[in-house]
Amino acid sequence: MSALLQVRGLSRHYGRRIGCEDVSFELHPGELLCIVGESGSGKSTLLNTVAAQLAPSAGSVRYRQRDGEWLELGQLSEADRRRLAREEWGFVTQNPRDGLRLNVSAGANVAERLMALGVRHYGQLRSIARGWLERVEIDPARIDDAPTGFSGGMQQRLQIARTLVTQPRLVFMDEPTAGLDVSVQARILDLLRRLVNELGLAAVMVTHDLAVARLLAARTMVMQHGRVVETGLTDQILDDPQHPYTQLLVSSVLTT
Amino acid sequence: MTPSYNFAFLDEDTKRMLRRALLKAVAIPGYQVPFGSREMPLPYGWGTGGIQVTAALLGPDDVLKVIDQGADDTTNAVNIRRFFARVAGVATTERTVEASLIQTRHRIPETPLREDQILVFQVPEPEPLRTLEPREAETRTLHALGDYGLMHVKLYEDIAQYGHIATSYDYPVLVDGRFLTSPSPIPKFDNPKLDRSPALMLFGAGREKRLYAIPPYTRVESLAFDDHPFEIQQWEHRCELCGSGESYLDEVVVDDRGGRMFVCSDTDYCGRRRTEAQA
Repeated sequence: MSALLQVRGLSRHYGRRIGCEDVSFELHPGELLCIVGESGSGKSTLLNTVAAQLAPSAGSVRYRQRDGEWLELGQLSEADRRRLAREEWGFVTQNPRDGLRLNVSAGANVAERLMALGVRHYGQLRSIARGWLERVEIDPARIDDAPTGFSGGMQQRLQIARTLVTQPRLVFMDEPTAGLDVSVQARILDLLRRLVNELGLAAVMVTHDLAVARLLAARTMVMQHGRVVETGLTDQILDDPQHPYTQLLVSSVLTT
Repeated sequence: MTPSYNFAFLDEDTKRMLRRALLKAVAIPGYQVPFGSREMPLPYGWGTGGIQVTAALLGPDDVLKVIDQGADDTTNAVNIRRFFARVAGVATTERTVEASLIQTRHRIPETPLREDQILVFQVPEPEPLRTLEPREAETRTLHALGDYGLMHVKLYEDIAQYGHIATSYDYPVLVDGRFLTSPSPIPKFDNPKLDRSPALMLFGAGREKRLYAIPPYTRVESLAFDDHPFEIQQWEHRCELCGSGESYLDEVVVDDRGGRMFVCSDTDYCGRRRTEAQA
């Protein structure tokens, strides 16, 4: 099967400091890849660079569109980049307040991407929004409530609904469960796993939590100081870490 | 006319700058053209943008009409009219049909406009997306890419909260199928008058330093949803002075016991109908 995303020798520097350095990987349709590492290891920089939100200092990212054509992201115009982000991709931020539009209702948040794609039928938008709220386990009766009145976990689920409503092929997630308490985390992870399977989406997820990687991802990349130090099947990496840093990471997980 | 001022207050270089910006605005219908807005002898919000546009257009033979909320006799209208009579010595009128240049705040006259007339709007906020997107760089990008889904978020919110599109003034329009444009705070009642109007419509925002234009006979479409189409205001009343059932009505409180009456907001239109009825 042909890949969806091809990353080759990708680097991003901030002046003389390294954000990420010489990262290469491929992502296949329906695959969920986890990037793990400690704070400051370059995970988010890598994610943002791959998602074309930051310009790479070196290297290339190629994406295969719905019609099978390969796009070189570095050469895309702003218009094409936005079209891609709107029609084929989704981005879930760590802080739902960054990804949501807080001054409009939950329903409008879910429907916004559909309206951007040109859906102009209010009743239709409404029923799709209601359906998605249900799917992410938010009471559809709260469709007209402002997201500011939602709990952190609900806001994050709303952001997931808002992102997935257009059925993207590729979703980028930046620590979607960080900052939530453990039981809420578990629900969101469960939800994500179900939706990823149902919709067959490919996803790149950044996390510092190895348990998240274990639960969701088939493949995991471990980063340290901006470089990928180890990559492979998640179970293999977590059960038999080769690199000293990975070993340290795995052994630091608290067990109860 | 006060001789110590240049004709129509502004110096000739400023007028040339304004005319260049206006030409560009007419060439790209609905596009907001930046211009070097000058300090005017009245505060921002009183129509400094409209006044600068008017000053750049006025010639000695022009006949100027100024309206505020449809009325010729309100403070804003009276002052602007007197200002130009003093600094340009042009003829002024309250009759829509006699005017060659009409500066307006919040209304389009009820009397249909002609090809030889220009309507100048005073605009407080030229950017229709501003309440939804505070970043100027971002709204410019959205305009450049024609990416206007965001505007429907506002209309969606209206329906979700009020059951219908509750936006009743400054109702967003798409000009010539391309640029999303604020029609200035005119009631949506006047939006259909923008569409394919024979008169040239110019918009000036002094504080925001932007000009834009709707050239004659340009298609102007009010945004809406398929199942919630664009509708204009309707009244159960007729004007109590002239009996018109087609004009935009103001509700006026007439005493302190809850008495009120509905009258035309366009004073010239209402007055003319009354004189015709008497004759």
